[in-house]
Amino acid sequence: MKFPIYLDNHSTTPMDPRVLESMLPYFTEKFGNAASRNHAFGWDAEEGVEAARKQIAKLIHADAKEIVFTSGATESNNLALKGVIEMYHEKGDHIITSSTEHRAVLDTAKALEAKRGVKVTYLPVDKFGMVNPEDVRNAITDKTILISVMFANNEIGTINPVKAIGKIAKEKGILLHCDATQGVGKVPIDVQDMGIDLMSFSAHKIYGPKGVGALYVRKKNPRVRIAAQMDGGGHERGMRSGTLPVPLIVGFGKACELCEQEMAADAARLSVMRDRLHATITKALEDVYLNGHPTERLPHNLNISFAYVEGESLLMGCKEIALSSGSACTSATLEPSYVLRALGVGAELAHSSIRFGLGRFTLDEEVDYAGKRIIETVTKLREMSPLYEMAKEGIDLKSVQWAAH
Amino acid sequence: MAYSEKVVDHFNNPRNMGSFKKEEDGVGTGIVGAPECGDVMKLQIKVENDTIVDAKFKTFGCGSAIASSSLATEWLKGKTVEEAGKIKNTDIVQELNLPPVKIHCSVLAEDAIKAALADYQKKADSK
Repeated sequence: MKFPIYLDNHSTTPMDPRVLESMLPYFTEKFGNAASRNHAFGWDAEEGVEAARKQIAKLIHADAKEIVFTSGATESNNLALKGVIEMYHEKGDHIITSSTEHRAVLDTAKALEAKRGVKVTYLPVDKFGMVNPEDVRNAITDKTILISVMFANNEIGTINPVKAIGKIAKEKGILLHCDATQGVGKVPIDVQDMGIDLMSFSAHKIYGPKGVGALYVRKKNPRVRIAAQMDGGGHERGMRSGTLPVPLIVGFGKACELCEQEMAADAARLSVMRDRLHATITKALEDVYLNGHPTERLPHNLNISFAYVEGESLLMGCKEIALSSGSACTSATLEPSYVLRALGVGAELAHSSIRFGLGRFTLDEEVDYAGKRIIETVTKLREMSPLYEMAKEGIDLKSVQWAAH
Repeated sequence: MAYSEKVVDHFNNPRNMGSFKKEEDGVGTGIVGAPECGDVMKLQIKVENDTIVDAKFKTFGCGSAIASSSLATEWLKGKTVEEAGKIKNTDIVQELNLPPVKIHCSVLAEDAIKAALADYQKKADSK
């Protein structure tokens, strides 16, 4: 086993060596600008880009012409929300989104509220982190022009009922944007079947390179138009100017092709591993709580709160394993995960949460080792925890008058 | 964020981790912080003839909070009650090399010391 062990695959993934191999010629001999129409260098580059566009489109059941390359999912989310608002502002000024979206959607929505006077409804989620399609329906007004709901949550892995939301959006003639950064390449996504009009995703979450992403923009039924947010040479059918990063795009394409071929097997293998890890932990430790949906969740995601133990100290205690925590102490804000808070998880348990993100290159022995170390560390930290001591003495922690600071 | 060597050392080898019986003679207990805020410290001192002869802590919190309280118990031992009251959070920040986002951990440790001293005093006065 090699250390440190990487179990933070929601954050980013290692690049698949096959992806790297596909990219290499495009750094050196095929270095042309895909927009150069007059020579073989440009043609080679363009060929690479167009092949990748097809591979990417195929994974999500789209047409190659519906793929707009961006720098990543953050840009795609910005482009989708801002581009739609700018293009359709005469039709309305209301967006519906959910409270557990990624910051790239939430902060974009907030910027639109502040700068353009757009009205935004932030839908609550249920205790598993799921958006209720009926809440979407009820939030629709005659001014609503966009619904933006994530496919799967990056912290808790809960998968939203996107198809049901897509149906409502269609019925009402409202565009549906889906931030599918965590879902693409991990579980089957069909933009036709699910009624998605715009969809953001990126390469580095699916064993591709960092620095490239895509926005799917529907061309038919309806033809979606967005206002470009970057002015320049009019690349990507005028929706996103800027010289295409050909090697990254080629790698993105290869990554999608591999996901299409291996997604089912990866998901099956990782969900077994994930379930075993969960079972091992719950068997050994009391007072551990699963965050997110028990079944409707990404196959490689596990998010658990360990009562009486603070998340960052837990990560510090198993620092040979790369994990992530919803604890405030891992961020500069000192506020625990807003996603967990939106589920109704108490702040004390949000501070105690750990996210495990398995990936294509995760080994059985690594997961088993992680389980063992987590159990050891939680046990050690509970011995050190005044809260655990009080709970053992039968004191109800909720009845204590704490001095919040 | 990278931790200083001293924080890592206190975290891996906490000094004086544990508890005294609260009602024991000469014991002062301070519990500060809140679970919702992500840190709770329990600091206890045992005083004989105005001198802190032993100290113990239990902390729910990040590595810096654990290290701050562990260090506090080390410093408390052997000090008089009066000297103990003079320990400042800035001393802890300096000793452990805490970054700005972790300064609240040292503040909590100072509060815990003060709370333990006050509890001791209250018990002594009521006798």
